[in-house]
Amino acid sequence: MFINGSWQKPLSKKYFDTINPATEEKLSEVAEASAADVDKAVKAARNAYDKTWRKMPARERAKYIFRISRMIQEKARELAIIETLDGGKPIRESRDFDVPTAGNHFFYYAGWADKLEYAFPNRQTTPLGVAGQIIPWNFPLLMAAWKIAPAIATGNTVVLKSAETTPLTALKLAEIIQEADLPPGVVNIITGAGATGAAIVNHPDINKIAFTGSTDVGKIIQRAIAGTNKKATLELGGKAANIIFEDAPIDQAVEGVINGIYFNQGHVCCAGSRLYVQESIAKEVIRKLKDRMESLIVGDPLDKNTDIGAINSRQQLETIHKYLQIGKKEGADMYESSCPLPRKGFFCRPTMFTNVAQSNRIAQEEIFGPVLSILTFRTDDEVIEKANNTPYGLSAGVWTDKGSKIFNMTRRMRAGVIWANTFNKFDPASPFGGYKESGFGREGGLHGLLPYLNLVNH
Amino acid sequence: MATAGSIRTLPDFSLSPRIDQVGVEERASRFTKRSIKKETKMNGLKLVLNMIDLTTLEGKDTDGKVKQLCYKAMHPHDAVDGIPKVAAVCVYPSMVKVAKKAVEGSGIKIASVVTAFPSGQAPRDIKIRDTKYAVNEGADEVDMVISRGKFHAGEYNFVFDEIAAIKEACGTARLKVILETGELGTYDKVRRASDIAMHAGADFIKTSTGKIQPAATMPVTLVMLEAIRDFYYKTGKMIGMKPAGGISKSKLALHYLVMVKETLGSDWLTNEWFRFGASSLANDVLMQIVKEKTGLYQSANYFSVD
Amino acid sequence: MAKSAIKKSALRVSENGLEKKTSSKRLEVLKTYKIYIGGQFPRTESGRYYTPVNKAGEKLANVCLSSRKDFRDAVVAARGAFGGWSGRAAFNRGQILYRMAEMLEGRKEQFISELLRQDSTKAAAQKELNLAIDRLIYYAGWCDKFQQLFSAVNPVASSHFNFSVPEPMGVVAIVAPQGDGLLGLVSAIAPVIAGGNTCVVLASETKPLCSVTFAEVLNSSDLPGGVVNILTGKPAELISGMVNHMDVNATIYCENNSSVKASIREQSAVNLKRIYFYDHLNWQKDEGQSPYLIMDTQEIKTTWHPIENIAGAGGSY
Repeated sequence: MFINGSWQKPLSKKYFDTINPATEEKLSEVAEASAADVDKAVKAARNAYDKTWRKMPARERAKYIFRISRMIQEKARELAIIETLDGGKPIRESRDFDVPTAGNHFFYYAGWADKLEYAFPNRQTTPLGVAGQIIPWNFPLLMAAWKIAPAIATGNTVVLKSAETTPLTALKLAEIIQEADLPPGVVNIITGAGATGAAIVNHPDINKIAFTGSTDVGKIIQRAIAGTNKKATLELGGKAANIIFEDAPIDQAVEGVINGIYFNQGHVCCAGSRLYVQESIAKEVIRKLKDRMESLIVGDPLDKNTDIGAINSRQQLETIHKYLQIGKKEGADMYESSCPLPRKGFFCRPTMFTNVAQSNRIAQEEIFGPVLSILTFRTDDEVIEKANNTPYGLSAGVWTDKGSKIFNMTRRMRAGVIWANTFNKFDPASPFGGYKESGFGREGGLHGLLPYLNLVNH
Repeated sequence: MATAGSIRTLPDFSLSPRIDQVGVEERASRFTKRSIKKETKMNGLKLVLNMIDLTTLEGKDTDGKVKQLCYKAMHPHDAVDGIPKVAAVCVYPSMVKVAKKAVEGSGIKIASVVTAFPSGQAPRDIKIRDTKYAVNEGADEVDMVISRGKFHAGEYNFVFDEIAAIKEACGTARLKVILETGELGTYDKVRRASDIAMHAGADFIKTSTGKIQPAATMPVTLVMLEAIRDFYYKTGKMIGMKPAGGISKSKLALHYLVMVKETLGSDWLTNEWFRFGASSLANDVLMQIVKEKTGLYQSANYFSVD
Repeated sequence: MAKSAIKKSALRVSENGLEKKTSSKRLEVLKTYKIYIGGQFPRTESGRYYTPVNKAGEKLANVCLSSRKDFRDAVVAARGAFGGWSGRAAFNRGQILYRMAEMLEGRKEQFISELLRQDSTKAAAQKELNLAIDRLIYYAGWCDKFQQLFSAVNPVASSHFNFSVPEPMGVVAIVAPQGDGLLGLVSAIAPVIAGGNTCVVLASETKPLCSVTFAEVLNSSDLPGGVVNILTGKPAELISGMVNHMDVNATIYCENNSSVKASIREQSAVNLKRIYFYDHLNWQKDEGQSPYLIMDTQEIKTTWHPIENIAGAGGSY
């Protein structure tokens, strides 16, 4: 664990294994932080906040963060391989998306550090203090970047816990942070499971909780910090609607749907898991989806040609299988790719359900796997109503060639990120976050600064 | 020519599917992320060579030049065993006879560009005579250009009828219809022109004359492949594809093959349904084949330049 | 009713010569303080009432003691009004807020008299009323401007047009401050509706008179029914229902009771409604108004669309 600028053994003296989900082989043992370890990390963060980071001129803070960004770029290949080994995602994605985007995120927020007075008209800003951050296993390094970069750019210090099944790249990031000479304690990275996360949430000297994960845990956190002054950003689940109209650029839409649900094995909170196709083109779209699905390669995540890697954990694979059973039982037609699966490791064929009803569980609940539910619709109003008919509101997609329809749809869909004629795009400059039970607060862009700041009158 | 009966079933070409440029280019770039190594690469390279329409289309073409090209077509690189021949030799109509004789018995096809290639700015009867001339001289395949001016003017029926007329003039020769995508301007129009050509009787659709930049690109080829696939879905009829111009490296050619496979399937991976219109690609493929065999990176000096 | 208003009307009557010196005999018509839901003035469905008293021990009125059912009805009204209100042109919302200020100005006397009965001094009442009117004008002006200030066109690296805009959250439940019976109410409502939300407000328990009269102002201001719904009653009874309701998107609590705040935050987890505590704001001061208060009940929506790049600077086509 990386606490106060150095590598420390856990006071708990406990370790847990992290495995490669593609081979089920053990990669290494990592420390399991106890409440006492969390306390140590928080103390380090508090100390760094009071004595160093808060007082440092903002332009100097910026330079540290720029430096971290550069080092991520330098070590991109190494990070990509570790990410793929530990999490099971295809190397093509970790190499072309996760790692560069993580580096870019630091670069983007570094530049904000000394320009905050321009971000909020007529207000001055002050940092919150110590931020406790808990990240998920689907984009381990990228989520660490999303959390750490804006927090330290705005003058806060950080205690970050990586996910239980994917701790390695965050630790590698800690190495980079150490090499970048960031003052000790500004960023502390600890490892552990749910109990460690709870210790962070409940620690009295933490001013801010930033969490990305399931809606259930998000609610637990919201309850846990009731009665405290802790601020919170929650980035939770989703069940995004992806809507294809008959006048859409169909082939790009099909590609967008494929990218929307099979990207990162479907382990994406904003995955386009509910596909709404206008009835007049449903047959054509489904045929094309099936053909395209057949061309997806499932297998060894380290193979550059792999499109769909390993499911992150046995537990997640079981969850997905459970939903496949539910879908079949509910009477939907299941279609899965005929591709072979490796014998070892946690793999799942890309799957789609047709004949799905709005009331089916596979159309309502987040599966977090490569499983697409296809529903049909006839009119604009009908599909808007169905698309918004969910407790979630993280993202949505719409495909049509008609400009005025795009603006009608994008305005009426209740979600924080809307992709029109595209899907699953991310950028450090673009705010991300949900409506309703998909959580609150934004990450990315100008709007990603506010969750880490107090605004004060001049 | 389209009969009254067939007109009823003709689609409204102005309603051809729309293409999103950013999306199609993203998809096309995904194919370039596929990595092809070792045995697969060797098979791919041989297939590429076997799909090439070795081309010379210059004002200064002579019998001598064409003969040399034909020899190259039949014997791409005799220094190494197991090298396949190219698919066809592509020349102007006046060179067809010479070429036909030169490749006699080799199985290599002779393709000829017609219809006032490359501009297509000639009356229809001249275009028909141009075509018939080439076919009479022995052309197995005919590469026509569409009337881009008329297409841009929205006269889709004119374009359609012209293609149908040339198809008739071809007799048994296979018709490749060149869209000259570099002059069409948008992917929407590429898609529309593809649909017109296929419905009018094209056996192949082809991107470019090679005289206009840009010539073939992966996204433009992808748009045409998707049009072919949709036509196949609707009619059950296979149409061939020929990107031409701008493909000079083996690696790029292999990416095209990946694209064909993932868009249309393996059935299209023969020179009956897919061709590369290129002249310098052949040598690069040969160099790669020899490199795969010997493990040594090659120099152009060891490969004939015809 | 305000005494001055009665006197005035009595005077007019006598001037008309219809009656002479009737004012002393005329029985005062008492106002029934009802709640305001969906543009209607029903009594509470519970049939209950309470009678707040001022410092002098004078009974203010029999005021509706709203029930949870009233709150639920109000949420239904607010949800129904949301689409129309949020879909209106921002300029039009500004006009309506301005109209509200006009109507408030026109009923000055009545509000002052109510404020006086609720323990205010003449000067303080005048000041509170003026501030309330000015506050509406302030937010009327913001309706079509804050979006420009808090939107962004984001320079993403790929060929996409990407922009972020604020959008109203939906239905907001507000527990108005106990003090500043008029100003607090107006200050809590105005930024919420200026941004296109609809709301259900629980007025000050101890100083409820102005809230009902304010509802009458709203009702004559072109504000569509259901955009603002005003209940009177006891926060202790209603707050939990307000926070538990699954169809409420945000809750604003304007008091500083830490155990209530803790319970609001805990219960808000049920649907992750957004919560805001305006316990530190002095409504009489500048800090009581700000576009940042509008932004509290806004979500940021980010939209992506590809940008075609054909023929652009030697594009890749």
